[in-house]
Parts: sequence; C-alpha cells; structure tokens
Amino acid sequence: MKNRKRLMENAIHGIFLILGLITVGCVLLITVYLVLSGIPAIRKIGVLKFLFGKKWASTAAQPQYGILPFILTSIYGTAGSIVIGVPIGFMTAVYLSKIAPPKVKTVIETAVSLLAGIPSVVYGLVGMMVLVPGIRIAFHIPDGASLLAAIIVLAIMILPSIIKVSLTALEAVPKEYEDASLALGATPIETYFRVSVPAAKSGIAAAVVLGVGRAIGEAMAIMMVAGNAPNMPKVFQSVRFLTTAVASEMSYAADGSLQKQALFSIALVLFLFIMLINAVLNFFLKHSKE
Amino acid sequence: MKKCINSIIILALLLTVMTGCGKTDSGTVSTDGSTSMEKVIGALGEAFEENNSGVTFTYNPTGSGSGITAVAEGRCDIGLSSRNLKDEEKAQGLTETILALDGIAVIVNPDNPVNDLDLETIGKIYMGEITNWKDIGGNDLEIVLIGREAGSGTRDGFESITGTEDACKYRQELTSTGDVITTVAGNPAAIGYASLASVKETVKALSVGGIVPTEETVKDGSYVVQRPFVLVTKSSTELSATAQRFFDYITSSEANEIISSAGAVPVKN
Repeated sequence: MKNRKRLMENAIHGIFLILGLITVGCVLLITVYLVLSGIPAIRKIGVLKFLFGKKWASTAAQPQYGILPFILTSIYGTAGSIVIGVPIGFMTAVYLSKIAPPKVKTVIETAVSLLAGIPSVVYGLVGMMVLVPGIRIAFHIPDGASLLAAIIVLAIMILPSIIKVSLTALEAVPKEYEDASLALGATPIETYFRVSVPAAKSGIAAAVVLGVGRAIGEAMAIMMVAGNAPNMPKVFQSVRFLTTAVASEMSYAADGSLQKQALFSIALVLFLFIMLINAVLNFFLKHSKE
Repeated sequence: MKKCINSIIILALLLTVMTGCGKTDSGTVSTDGSTSMEKVIGALGEAFEENNSGVTFTYNPTGSGSGITAVAEGRCDIGLSSRNLKDEEKAQGLTETILALDGIAVIVNPDNPVNDLDLETIGKIYMGEITNWKDIGGNDLEIVLIGREAGSGTRDGFESITGTEDACKYRQELTSTGDVITTVAGNPAAIGYASLASVKETVKALSVGGIVPTEETVKDGSYVVQRPFVLVTKSSTELSATAQRFFDYITSSEANEIISSAGAVPVKN
C-alpha cells in the first residue's frame, strides 16, 4: 500500500518535471535552430561586413548585407521609447499607488489594462492613420513615417507593463516605512520619493527591463509607421528595425538563398541583443539589491 | 474449379479498381517560378484541384529566372515567368504562352494636381533626379517615394518597366498593397505604385503618356506599365495528361473570372 502511494507520488513528480522541461526544451530548440541557421550567412558575408556594413540591398544585382543601420535603429528606437515611456509610466504608478483617490485609480487602472490588451497591429494602424500624418504636418516634413513615429508608438506600447510592474512594487512597500517618515516630519511627496521609491527600486528596475524587452522585440506596429527604408537612423528619417528587417523580407526570400540565410542571421543578432540586455539589467538589479 | 472462380473474382476486383483509377485522376502538376504570379497561379491551382479530386497542384515561388531554368531542366511541368522569354531562352526550345497581363498603376494623392506623367519622368522621379512636384506641374512639395519591400513582385515589375532596378530612392518600403494605398491617400506629396486591380478611389491613378490605366488599355498594350504573366513549356516534350488538362483549363476563358479576381487582366475573350 505504502509502496503504491510512493509510486504514485513519484509518477506525478515525473509528470511535473516533464511539463517543466517543455519550456526548457523550447528555449533550447529555438536557440540551437537560430544559431545553426544564422551562422552560415554570417560566415559567407563576414562578421565585420555583416555587423558594420552600412548598406543593405538584398535583392540588388550586387547584393550587400550590412545591418549596422538596423542595429543602430533598434538601439535608438528602444532608448527613445524608454526615455519617453519610463518617466510617464513611473509617475503614473506613483500617483496611482500613493495619491490617487480610489475612484480615479479604478478608472485609470482599467484604462491601463485595456491599453495592454490592444493588439500591436491596431497600434500600428492608428499610428499610420493619425500619428504619421500628424508628424508630417507638425514638423513640416515631406513624410511623417520616421524613427520619431516609431519611438512614440513604442513608448505608448510599453506604458502598461511599466505602470503595472512598478505599481505592484510600490504597493508592496510596507506601510510602516511611510508612517515613520511622515511621523518624522517629511511631507507626503518627500516620503514617496525618498522612502517608497527607493524601497521599490528593484521592482521598478524590473519594469524597465520588461519595457526594453517589449520595445526591442516589437515588429508589427513599427513596421507600419517607421517607413522601412534601410537608412541610417535620424529622427525624421524613414528607418528599419532589426525585427522589421526580418519580417518584411521573409515572405519573399527564396528558400536556401543567401538573402533568407541573412534574415536568419539578423534574427540571431536580435536574439543575442535581447540576451545581452537582460544580462546587463539583471546584473544591475542584483547590485542595487545589495 | 475453385481456383477458377477465385481468379475470376480477382479479375473482376482488379477491373473495378482500374476503372476507379480512370475516374479519379491522381496526377500531379508542378509549377515553378515568378513570385508575382503567386496569387493568380495559386487561385487557378486551387480551382483545378477542387474540380479534379485527387490531383495535386504544387507551386514553388522561386522567381522568373529560376522557373525558366527549372522547366528547361525538366524539374517542373510548367514554368512561370513575369517577363517575356528572351531569344536565347526560346532557342533552348522553350515556348511561351501568355496567361494574363498585370497592370501596375502609378498612384498619387487625389489632391495632387498632376494627372499625367510619361514613363521617363516616372523613372527620374524614382531615381531621385526630380525631387519636387513643382518641376512637373504640381504644387511646391518634395516628392515622397512610396514603394514595396525587396522581393515583392510588384516592385520587381515596376522597377524593370521603368528601368530603375536597384536605383530607387524610396522614402518608405511597405509590405502590402493596402499599406501603399493608405499611405499615398494620407500624404499629398506621395507617389506610389500598386496592382491595377486593387486601386481604390482614395487615391488617383495617373495616366502614363496620356493613356489612362484600365483593363482595356492594359489588354491592348497601350498602357505601358504592364507586364505579361507567361507560362513556359518545353516544345520538345509533351506535358503529362494532367498537366496538359491544367494548361488547357487555365488558358481557357473559363479561368478568366479567377484570373480577374486574383488581380490580373485575362487575355482570352
């Protein structure tokens, strides 16, 4: 009887282990596949020529595969969206957790959840119909599809994750800390920024990580507003991101062609990028905890 | 005696099986070539498969050049090309049959006063030699060039007709016809190109050299921004029965409706 029970326990443990390994397996599968299919083109083109080449012309008679414009665009675009999105998201979270009356809080929180649920193609569509012509008129430039449009769309897209994660972190700060600060004569605002925010530091940093992750990986929405010409990034220039470079040419690239292999290489670069960013941010997170 | 009955039964069974074979065709048709013809040939293949159960239709989107090579080497039944065969290709014993015509409309915003451009001017605009609408009778606005992504059949067709291969200074490279039309509709300085069948009234299709793009002007050849969709076959070898039936079907007037709905102009009346 006892033996049978133990057997049952072991079997269930085994099932859980297998379920857990599915995720690990997927990650391994994707990594191995990306590396295997991404390496040949890099080898054929040459690492330096591929990473630092300034010209991408994959279907020209003399094809050129330089992805520096895509790398820089992805970096600038993500950085820009963080610069705009983090202050707004962070302040919103502070307001919601500490200052906002309950009714206002419910309304804003619902709006934030809705924003998180909007599919990225809708962001792209609205950006294309409203934001792009808006930028064209506001800045008197011939065309509004630009890095700026992409940054604005990305900033809005990362808001929900930043607000939600920082909000959770801020709400987890023990009430006693704030009470103590207030009792010592600090004003409420001083308390929020000198006591609550430092206490929630690591959670807020996690929010920024999530924001960076979402911004650098987004393809659909920015494909519709960024113009997609493989130019070196400038604020009002039409640009192509790493993600959109893969997505826009994949459907027409012939199987086995260098173009298709190069697209896999771009995906590999993007993958390594995200790994690197996660590692760096995790490093800072750990340090800030200590 | 028993053996005899057995063999009769087996024979009868065999016969029914064989007649069954005659009714449901189990052949295959393989096509290879132009990516621009994907929509047209895909729709035709689907219709053919529906009408003939058991037939397998395959299409390998490799590009016009590879499709012609494939049929010359006997790797597929029918090659697909979105340009006419060159003389040296015909000399290899290849035959071309025009399946349909593809008109590409050059579109601008309805607010743009320009109504007509010639082919050469369009080429100059796309290569960045003419950069302002006022130089060609429009408003004082910088021209915004809208195009399709590398590898797109429409882009390939447009660039080869206007002689601007790999030389276009695109401001935007969009991934669908719909996106091109939406963008041109939203920008008074934009110029773009799209398959004639998908042009809507939110944009204005320019006449080229005085010829308005319509199905008729594409058909009679007077509208020049067009290219043929060509079926390439080998003159020396006969098509398999199934492939021949497919060929006859798609070149008959029966297929016109499918070709039109896939965005091309059928040539048969």
